[in-house]
Amino acid sequence: MSKLSVDHLLGIKYLLKEDIDLIFDTAQNFKEVINRPIRKVPSLRDITVANLFFENSTRTKLSFELAEKRLSADVVNFSAASSSVKKGETLIDTVNNILSMKVDMVVMRHPNPGAPVFLSRHVNTTIINAGDGTHEHPTQALLDAYSMQEKLGDIKGAKVCIVGDIKHSRVALSNIFCLQKLGAEVMVCGPTTLIPKHIESLGVKVSHNIKEALGWCDVANVLRIQLERQGDEKDVSFFPSLREYTQQFGINGEMIANTGRKIVIMHPGPINRGVEITSDVADSAESVILDQVENGVAVRMAVLYLLASGIGRN
Amino acid sequence: MRPATLIDSEHLTLITRRLCYQLIENHDDFSNTAILGLQPRGVAYARRIQKTLQEILPGQEILLGNLDITFHRDDFRRRDIPLAPNQTEVNFLIEGKKVILVDDVLYTGRTIRAGMDAMLSFGRPAAVELLVLIDRRFQRQLPIEPTYIGRSVDSYDNQRVEVKLDAEGEGKVLLYTTPNNNE
Repeated sequence: MSKLSVDHLLGIKYLLKEDIDLIFDTAQNFKEVINRPIRKVPSLRDITVANLFFENSTRTKLSFELAEKRLSADVVNFSAASSSVKKGETLIDTVNNILSMKVDMVVMRHPNPGAPVFLSRHVNTTIINAGDGTHEHPTQALLDAYSMQEKLGDIKGAKVCIVGDIKHSRVALSNIFCLQKLGAEVMVCGPTTLIPKHIESLGVKVSHNIKEALGWCDVANVLRIQLERQGDEKDVSFFPSLREYTQQFGINGEMIANTGRKIVIMHPGPINRGVEITSDVADSAESVILDQVENGVAVRMAVLYLLASGIGRN
Repeated sequence: MRPATLIDSEHLTLITRRLCYQLIENHDDFSNTAILGLQPRGVAYARRIQKTLQEILPGQEILLGNLDITFHRDDFRRRDIPLAPNQTEVNFLIEGKKVILVDDVLYTGRTIRAGMDAMLSFGRPAAVELLVLIDRRFQRQLPIEPTYIGRSVDSYDNQRVEVKLDAEGEGKVLLYTTPNNNE
């Protein structure tokens, strides 16, 4: 198989294992491309991509934009802050207006879970989900798994622990789906208040003790405490203070050393140094945090390339 | 239908040696020359050329790279299934060097055009030459002609030329004919 089974990348949930393998194989080649003296190939030169960001993003947007430009696509950017969304336009109208300007693909981030799925049913274009609320962030999960594969050789049978705010994290859900499809065992670790109820039904282990979790895992994917999301439910505090969170769930070099094993450290960024992870861990030899960023461009190039090949020529 | 044998193993060795001596005439000791095999099938023949050159010029280093052209092709989105890319392995800069592109079969010339495009990602070469084992004459869609030719073949559109090379140095070239095949 050298074609994706889907027309859009809405979530890892909709992908087959073969799709993920194909994306990884293709990303491998793009990783070589972005390390050449001239980091550009002309594959998407007749494709126009719109990056629609209805929610703030720095690195995902930058990573997508670089991926698009290195494939020679034409890129237009849109952010909700400076648009007619503020004037009351609906999502479908906004997107259809942009598509009327002959755009072939849409990369979108939206605060509402399911927005890309909804849009894919109502507009005629190829959609890539760059994060929808607390639902999925498929390209992040793909680049995480790709980085793990690169470091470990094979993900099958690997033990991966996702630490932190699972409840508000789209990265966690996409990672769980992706890692399970690739045959890894997944554990989530965090305060009871930040772990969704019934998450065991996804087939993941749950721990509320970071030392126990580190003793079990080969890979620790540490998530950021999303302070901006803690305020969604105004009267609710999920943990008493950042200081207490750090005391209970922050990872430091001593804890890693005490396990007596090597644990691959990952973080989707941005890092709050000294909160969920200390600098000595984030900058250690076992940390692949910067590889994740590099692989992000290659994986996104692979996704864009494979999805663009399905766009008909008119 | 059984394929016709265009070149047998013995002939292939002779042709490869002849091409190597032609290369030596133009490139002297290969100190400023690099060979780039085009993925997937040109790579095996490029390796064969490098090996034969090293037999003729013992101790001489001959730069060899593999170039994948998938992302530079002009038929992306014109196929139902995208072509799977292969590995590019060019561990040197071609800036200022003489480059010999190697492919097994030259047909429409489109692969070579993409190859030249892909090659430019690694610098600006001083000169570029093209070596092919088989030149399917009169089938060109682009103004591209080889510098070194193993053998010229006159063929129809419904025919396919296949170069088989194995690691032991054996090999042959076969011509398949399929009725009504729009290759």
